[in-house]
Amino acid sequence: MDSTKIPRTVPIQSATFSNPINAEIRRAAATGIYDIRGGGAKRRVPHFDDLLFLGASVSRYPLEGYREKCETKVTLGTRFAKKPIELDIPITIAGMSFGALSGPAKEALGRGASAAGTSTTTGDGGMTPEERGHSTKLVYQYLPSRYGMNPDDLRKADAIEVVVGQGAKPGGGGMLLGQKISDRVAHMRCLPKGIDQRSACRHPDWTGPDDLEIKILELREITDWQVPIYVKVGGTRPYYDTALAVKAGADVVVLDGMQGGTAATQDVFIEHVGLPTLACIRPAVQALQDLGVHREVQLVVSGGIRTGADVAKAMALGADAVAIGTAALIALGDNDPKWESEYQKLGTTTGAYDDWHEGKDPAGITTQDAELMKRVDPVDAGRRLRNYLKVMTLEAQTIARACGHNHLHNLEPEDLCALTMEAAAMARVPLAGTDWYPGKAGF
Amino acid sequence: MQTYDLEANGLRGLNSALQELNGSSNKTAWEIVNPKGSHAIAVGLNSPVDVTVKGSTGYYCAGMNQQATVRVEGSVGPGVAENMMSGTVIVEGDASQYAGATGQGGLLVIKGNASSRCGISMKGIDIVVHGNIGHMCAFMGQAGNLVVLGDAGDALGDSCYEARFFVRGSVKSLGADCIEKEMRPEHIEILKDLLARAGADAKPEEFKRYGSARKLYNFDVDNAQAY
Repeated sequence: MDSTKIPRTVPIQSATFSNPINAEIRRAAATGIYDIRGGGAKRRVPHFDDLLFLGASVSRYPLEGYREKCETKVTLGTRFAKKPIELDIPITIAGMSFGALSGPAKEALGRGASAAGTSTTTGDGGMTPEERGHSTKLVYQYLPSRYGMNPDDLRKADAIEVVVGQGAKPGGGGMLLGQKISDRVAHMRCLPKGIDQRSACRHPDWTGPDDLEIKILELREITDWQVPIYVKVGGTRPYYDTALAVKAGADVVVLDGMQGGTAATQDVFIEHVGLPTLACIRPAVQALQDLGVHREVQLVVSGGIRTGADVAKAMALGADAVAIGTAALIALGDNDPKWESEYQKLGTTTGAYDDWHEGKDPAGITTQDAELMKRVDPVDAGRRLRNYLKVMTLEAQTIARACGHNHLHNLEPEDLCALTMEAAAMARVPLAGTDWYPGKAGF
Repeated sequence: MQTYDLEANGLRGLNSALQELNGSSNKTAWEIVNPKGSHAIAVGLNSPVDVTVKGSTGYYCAGMNQQATVRVEGSVGPGVAENMMSGTVIVEGDASQYAGATGQGGLLVIKGNASSRCGISMKGIDIVVHGNIGHMCAFMGQAGNLVVLGDAGDALGDSCYEARFFVRGSVKSLGADCIEKEMRPEHIEILKDLLARAGADAKPEEFKRYGSARKLYNFDVDNAQAY
């Protein structure tokens, strides 16, 4: 038989040993070190896209878009604080450090958030005057590293967020590599310039929820019980972590799912530790309801929030507000196609750039390089962020009106259905076209 | 001398009164009675006031202190002088774990013993312990001085940065990247000053100095066994 006429099999690449996996094996073999990167999980996990809203028809009565009001205001910290935070929109900016981000980027976050009537959050490394100056409402993170921590800044804050965990790396610490340690960053952190700066994975002076309760008391005593105390946890055991944060005295629980970003950590950590954001919300809300404090202790959800639909879905599942990090950076200009040629020089492409720890960000956002950071115009970038926040809010309002609600807080699980069994189980909303979800009693 | 009965008048009243002192008040000396192990006593002070606590305290006594001198005539619970910025805190008795944690400045004197993790993540504070200290002290210590007249427990200075450790007695073990270092004249001077300020009856020459070998300052996979 003519061998040229024998049909040939089509080469099939292994789903297990895919090209990206094989490339990583070769990279690891060549360097002897795991991959470190920024950003959040890139793998596909059940997400808000797997839910749909059930707009109103006969059994529900919709509100008129562009005519009937749909409120968006949210108040955080009503449990113990004398001065709760009042925000115009239920979308806040998540904690990102000066050091990981450039000064102009932090300023732009402050400008954009303030123009949209919401808050920003500091990060590992302390509070900068630019950040405080441009943020109408600023949440001060109290982190395990305590870099730059001081009581004067603590008292300048509108809220304090005790960071226990982070969605991208629950249980893990951070590493700001030496190439991003400028003189200013080194000074703020009490460490020599150019060395790797490790952020601890746990607070050095408490060892559990009972200690946390006393730590919160100390922070309240130092700040005269004025401002709300948030407790931020990475999404892993949301029911118990939420319950214990409430027990410790939190005014607000911030719950960060595995799609949440980070400045830099191991890729294997980002992709393989933690729960999808979607899976975190209902157990946390359940904990608040079981303790009788749902809406009294507010729940802020973060980790992969991108659109007004995501906002509305998180709130329908029981969140009081959401926080955005990666999305805010993209709004500022991170991974913008206009820098494509420079991304390619770094061996990557627009949309995939995540080597934030190297300090070479062409967009000037995740860097301390004086020349690169000039590319961020804080006024223009702030305007873009403001626009983006406004758009997300308008989108969420549109959905809420269609579901018949005059406040985003009135969205509820009954407004939702799920496209997949996984999403139905995680969100505890019925599979589309049925009244059933996995685990529902009676089935 | 202002006397405040903590049991009768409550913690909030005490801290409010002390925090409102702005340096121009003539109420510069305070005595706190009946502390009975309460937490967060005299936290967040920011004026050159003298506070004496007549008895033992709970967690975080004198936390985030600035300028004030706080003396505890008893023992203290965990986290005394946590994140202190400046001023002086003196403990006549013993201190529980993580004394002086993350302290950025000032002087903490413990006349008894300190438990584990004393000076953990210290960032510029000076700590003088007249007695012994426990394990994992000064873990990730960044800056400042830890002086121990007695013995140190396991893993002293593990993963430390630029903090200095002076120990007169024995050290059970040193942590990762912590080594014994030469005691140079400038270190004798530093130590002489600290001992004098802490009222410690010891000679600088009796101490050994420890600090970072600086081999773990930048990640190197060949050091992976150290992590």
